[in-house]
Amino acid sequence: MTTRLERNVTYGILALFTVIALTPVIGILTTAFGAQNSLDTGFSLPKDGLHWSNFADAWSRGHFGTYLGNSVLVTVVVVAATTVLAILAGYAFGVMRFPGSTVLFHLFVIGLTLPQEALIVPLYFDLRHAELTDSYWALILPQTAQSLAFGVFWMRTYFRGSARAVIEAARIDGANTWTTLWRVLVPMGRPAISTMVVITFMWTWNEFLMALVMVSDEAHRTVPLGLAFFQGRHSSDAALLAAASVLIALPVVVVYVALQRRFIEGMLGGAVKE
Amino acid sequence: MRLAALTRAYRRRAPGEPRAIGYLYILPALIVYAVFLLYPFGQSVWLSFVNWDGLTVATPAGFDNYRALFTDASLRAPFLHALLLLLFYAALPVAIGLLLAAVMSRARVRGMTFFRTVLFLPQVLALIVVGVAWRSILAPDGLLNDALRAVGLGGLARPWLGDYTWALPAVGVVGTWVGTGLCMVLFLAGAQRIPRELYEAARMDGAGPLREFRTVTLPGLRPQIAVALTLTIVAGLRNFDLIYITTGGGPGNATSVPAYEVYHRAFETNQVGSAAAVGVALTVLIFVLTVTVSRLVEGRRA
Repeated sequence: MTTRLERNVTYGILALFTVIALTPVIGILTTAFGAQNSLDTGFSLPKDGLHWSNFADAWSRGHFGTYLGNSVLVTVVVVAATTVLAILAGYAFGVMRFPGSTVLFHLFVIGLTLPQEALIVPLYFDLRHAELTDSYWALILPQTAQSLAFGVFWMRTYFRGSARAVIEAARIDGANTWTTLWRVLVPMGRPAISTMVVITFMWTWNEFLMALVMVSDEAHRTVPLGLAFFQGRHSSDAALLAAASVLIALPVVVVYVALQRRFIEGMLGGAVKE
Repeated sequence: MRLAALTRAYRRRAPGEPRAIGYLYILPALIVYAVFLLYPFGQSVWLSFVNWDGLTVATPAGFDNYRALFTDASLRAPFLHALLLLLFYAALPVAIGLLLAAVMSRARVRGMTFFRTVLFLPQVLALIVVGVAWRSILAPDGLLNDALRAVGLGGLARPWLGDYTWALPAVGVVGTWVGTGLCMVLFLAGAQRIPRELYEAARMDGAGPLREFRTVTLPGLRPQIAVALTLTIVAGLRNFDLIYITTGGGPGNATSVPAYEVYHRAFETNQVGSAAAVGVALTVLIFVLTVTVSRLVEGRRA
């Protein structure tokens, strides 16, 4: 039995860390609704009503409308490509046996810990040589490759755990490997797939270094890159900077609040060894 | 129809037999992965053995770029900073998380979904946004200094990110903020899975809170500790975004880290070979540390 004191201590600690976790978030939110051109670079509280116009200014004057469009395009393509390719590869690694499958699978797993910094330099020169820098391809292709490390690992785990009996039944019914995958296993695996989708979405949406290196023209800037440049130009305007930050964080936070189990499962699952 | 299906199924190989068709399923992913990840990494290794400014012809450098990691103070510093930052990015979050798990493992908590959602939130925010928020907190007229002045400690107020001594710990605290929620969520989930009977048995044996923690909670959380350390170490060493947005490696090179140094050397000062060597060394460091963690934390399970 737990005593009343223990309970109160527990809730006290949780409350303290909740405040710590939320302070920067709420600070940005209140600042985003504050007056522009105050000299204060710290957080501020809106004094004379909520300044919704900050968001409109960030959208148009800060060009965040364009940046959001670019981010949406890149993210949608990366997530779609990663999902299809990871399902195909994870399926083969999970349910088929063929020579070299272990080695090939480990090649993908290495990508889980391989830092981006260790490949971005040659990647830039390669893509520049192919005249692909300052294009969406320079953002889409490398990020798909990086997401595949997690995607293949994650989908293989799902397919391994899927019931052999189901696969056998489909086979006896005359389904080939292709129909078994798309008609039976993929519909059954919706939870695992949606976890992979939200994780890939978040990583791609938040990605900064790749965009910083690959994109120099404004037309292809994604939102994190846009925010970094925006900070360089408007660092004294805390309200606009905060409004832009809110615009960037909002899509991920909304999906996260709706599907937090998937997020947590996916982000913690990537490091779980077999 | 049915017969045809049966004969086809009959002719098919037994389950578990090798299937060449597996290669076809893997091929699309493998091509993208090999061309845009494995191949560039191989090139990085090659580049790390040459001197190249990104424009003219590269000249062989032997092990010079790697030797410089030890002899050149401006290259030693980033690695030293990264290791110091790991105290803030990995050690501190795990320690805080364990402490809380220890205190909280005894009580059932209502509203856990809410707390979990909030505590984990820093993990899903773009690090660029995190950086903007914390730059504001740590600014000369930011929340931290305001708070210090409000409680009469105004003498301690300083421009945290511009201070040679305090910039590194200040950036570290941001990492602690990001990582602590992850560790707490992991350990709380793990602690729920430790059988109640173990605690009861420990208490019957007259174990105090400290011994209970050492003999029940800590061993029970070993797999979660390994996961937490792996995730926070990898994230801590890949830490580019936060440094770029908060300090840009400064003041001087007080907060420069390997991830930032790769970018700085390759794209700002045209030392491509050296940048590649830093990137490869960073990879080695990450592998060594993660393998060490799994040996130390998981391997001791006898």
